[in-house]
Amino acid sequence: MTVKVEVKNLTKIFGKRVGRAKELIKQGKTKSEILKETGATVGVEKASFEINDGEIFVIMGLSGSGKSTMVRMINRLIEPTDGSVSIDGEDLMKMDKKSLREVRRKKMSMVFQNFGLLPNRTVLENAEYGLEIQGVDKAEREKKAKVALDQVGIKGYDDEYPDQLSGGMQQRVGLARALANDPEILLMDEAFSALDPLNRTDMQDQLLDIQERLHKTIIFISHDLNEALKLGDHIMIMRDGVVVQTGTPEDILTHPANDYVEEFIENVDRSKVLTAANVMIRPVTINIDKAGPRLTLKRMKNNEVSTAYVVDNRRKLVGIVDANDVIGLVRKDSSDLRSIVKTDIPTTHADKPISELLDDISSTGIPFSVVNDDGQLQGIIVRGAVLGALAGNEVNDFE
Amino acid sequence: MNSIPQLPLAQWVDSFVDWLVTFTGFFNGVTNFIGGINNAFQWVFDLIPIWFFIVLVLALTYYVNRDDQRWSLLIFEFAGLLLIWNLDFWRDMTQTLTLVLTSSLIALVIGIPLGILMAKSRIAEIILKPILDFMQTMPAFVYLIPAVALFGIGMVPGIVASVIFAMPPTVRMTNMGIREVPGELIEAADSFGSTEWQKLFKVELPLAKTSLMAGVNQSMMLSLSMVVTASMIGAMGLGTKVYFAVGRNDAGGGFAAGLAVVILAIILDRLTQSLTRDRKKG
Repeated sequence: MTVKVEVKNLTKIFGKRVGRAKELIKQGKTKSEILKETGATVGVEKASFEINDGEIFVIMGLSGSGKSTMVRMINRLIEPTDGSVSIDGEDLMKMDKKSLREVRRKKMSMVFQNFGLLPNRTVLENAEYGLEIQGVDKAEREKKAKVALDQVGIKGYDDEYPDQLSGGMQQRVGLARALANDPEILLMDEAFSALDPLNRTDMQDQLLDIQERLHKTIIFISHDLNEALKLGDHIMIMRDGVVVQTGTPEDILTHPANDYVEEFIENVDRSKVLTAANVMIRPVTINIDKAGPRLTLKRMKNNEVSTAYVVDNRRKLVGIVDANDVIGLVRKDSSDLRSIVKTDIPTTHADKPISELLDDISSTGIPFSVVNDDGQLQGIIVRGAVLGALAGNEVNDFE
Repeated sequence: MNSIPQLPLAQWVDSFVDWLVTFTGFFNGVTNFIGGINNAFQWVFDLIPIWFFIVLVLALTYYVNRDDQRWSLLIFEFAGLLLIWNLDFWRDMTQTLTLVLTSSLIALVIGIPLGILMAKSRIAEIILKPILDFMQTMPAFVYLIPAVALFGIGMVPGIVASVIFAMPPTVRMTNMGIREVPGELIEAADSFGSTEWQKLFKVELPLAKTSLMAGVNQSMMLSLSMVVTASMIGAMGLGTKVYFAVGRNDAGGGFAAGLAVVILAIILDRLTQSLTRDRKKG
């Protein structure tokens, strides 16, 4: 995995006495102390991280955490006070205006929270903007803009004006405008935050879809943990201008770096509200009182699973059987299904909050079985379903 | 107060004007240039037959309002222009129109770049703001005196005085229009690698257009309000008729000429307003 973007000690101080504030940071003073002494606000303090080629890197934080400042320093819309940003090993901070402009034109494009579309231009003309300022001729840029609009699923709106479109459609145009340049890096600043929930989910899916085809490096800013979990290959959590934790979604969920992240996860995610019942799915079950190995094998084949859940006549959970063991049993021409049932499997109750299961779910390979007080099997919980549920997907196929 | 000697402010201004007058060559050049523009407009207006001029105005009105036709305006223009013709004010009207167009054009050519400069530079804004206030609030008569010294009498000093008086709205509204372009659009333009000029012409000016045109409209109205004043130093037109009527205590003649000014003002105002309106929203 090659590193695409490398950020080192990136710092932004807003205000007048920047030099003095910089010294104070070095002395280890806190933000509020610096504000009190110099009147300068520390937007981002010594952030360092790496972004791999072709990944979606989510920078997450609440408002005021410095995440928007951070993304704007990556293309120098905001001039950093200190530190460096390298793209493919090239230091952006050392570039003059002209080379910086070239990088902005060719290497990275930005998508904005409120879309940033020009109201006096049509959809097509908006999508052409990046190419137009590069001096690409009309026919060529129209062709490329149309391809980009097509990629984001907008067709037949070429001559409409942005204010004639819904928010979701407008942001698609914003995304198409960014893609039309064929950049290597996409900067997305709260790109879906202004959309209603349904549209947002749609756009997230579409982004993942586009990403699968185009493999851009995407830096995505969000304040929404669910969005971050859904989109991010890596997530970086910021608070008060400081990077708190960087890791994969599972890292963040299972090993929060400190109380803040933990609280953040608890406050923002749905794991508190969601219980096992919300995320359990229907397992393939075998009635041990009725079925023998051959029927078991057939059912497993039909359902394309390698483990089946064994229950008795009263749907009480007995355990699980593995396909290989069942095959062995069939070869031996034995019908003693009970001999191969594994009984030491993790179980839980339907009303258990997911947050309490997260740790165990990610450490054990075997899905949790949800049983009621009588020991009857109600469903199972698989890892993917939990993460999906946290990201806002409905996985429950009961009822 | 008697113990403090009076400031010789008037003398200072006098000697400044005297000093300016020494640049005769420069001011002659300016006079010829402005006079040239003025004469070109007048030449065209004199060339066009009156009936055809009326048709042109109606056609132009029809064209700029094509998405949202205003028949009452067309009827008003037709009747108003016929009245001016009938009252035998036609040539005066075109002279006034020439003065307004020339001074508006100059105000635009100088005012828009100044407005852009003001929007881009804080220092320019700090310097220009009080100057604009000064230009707009100083009684316009005052400009006439040095204008005569520098540009002689006739149309040109009238135009110069009009430009000074009428330019501020164009500058202010251009500045405001550009400053009010949403920050996200500026960021968008920058993030795609626009040069400063590209940003100005592709984003800022198009978005500032409505505000800018409102400024032009105001400038035009202000320069029209100067015509009577300008007539005192020999700028010909409807203003002269009003000015003479004042001298002769001729209420009727003054009213008739004044009415012609009103008709011209309404036509110019509605036409420039139509240009301002956002067409696509219809």
